[in-house]
Amino acid sequence: MDNPIRGLHKQFESRVRLGVMSVLVVNDWVDFNSLKDMLEITDGNLASHIKALEAEQLIEVRKEFIKRKPRTSYRVTPLGRLKFREHLDALEALLIQKP
Amino acid sequence: MNSTHKHFEDISEIRQIMERSTRFLSLSGLSGVFAGIFALAGTLAAWGYLQENGLYYDENYLLVQGDAPIAPRLFFILDAGIVLVLALASAVFFSYRKAKRESLPFWSPVLKRLLFNLLVPLATGGILSIILIWQNHLNLVAPLTLIFYGIALVNAGKFTNREIIALGIAEIVFGLAATVWQAYGIWFWAGGFGLLHIIYGIALYYKYDCKVETHG
Repeated sequence: MDNPIRGLHKQFESRVRLGVMSVLVVNDWVDFNSLKDMLEITDGNLASHIKALEAEQLIEVRKEFIKRKPRTSYRVTPLGRLKFREHLDALEALLIQKP
Repeated sequence: MNSTHKHFEDISEIRQIMERSTRFLSLSGLSGVFAGIFALAGTLAAWGYLQENGLYYDENYLLVQGDAPIAPRLFFILDAGIVLVLALASAVFFSYRKAKRESLPFWSPVLKRLLFNLLVPLATGGILSIILIWQNHLNLVAPLTLIFYGIALVNAGKFTNREIIALGIAEIVFGLAATVWQAYGIWFWAGGFGLLHIIYGIALYYKYDCKVETHG
């Protein structure tokens, strides 16, 4: 049998990144402030984790101007969705193995 | 085991965030109860108006007009409009209060999506009703408002507490029954908008709101 630990991805080890991915896999584009409100964290904290996820191409970024104010929104990429599912499957498999 | 515990917490938190980011969960049961009470009051006003002015349907379901002080069509549009405004106001008030109490955001993309999915069928039914009232098909207004409201609730069910789908289906059933027994339209209306709302509101209140209130 496969070792389920292989499915656990380091990118998702932080709670914040797990949270960001959880929001994005069930929504379409979500803007920075909504994300911040849902996860109840600070700007800086969220920004650094988002940058990491973006660098891994797990999420994509869209910048636009609404009434001259910039708004940045995020969406999960197909790769991100795949990796996140693998991560969840691995978590579940681990829990079933060691009840 | 420590890591097992961490994984378990991760999963339950993921589940919570997914739920919170797709559903507006601050809909208060109390607003259902109040909407029901306003609807019953509105129905009583309509019934009193019909009795007072000796209005009734002829065999073709056309309203026979007595000497009513306000034109019946205007009266029904005003009556239904006031009920709708009061019900919506109580929904906003109690849900806003609940959201603040649970420190959840009130105006969010989730609420926007809920409102869009609710309002498209609801506005369609509302405009259709006004057209029908204008064309003197008053008999079809009670069934159609119930049916369109039911469809709006089922449609909104993806974005808030799932119980609202059951309420929506019950409203559709009442609406279809009201189409069959049109002479009793006003009573089906009272049942659908009054009684069903109160039952639903109380059920929702006991299931979700009580827990929160005891925490303060």
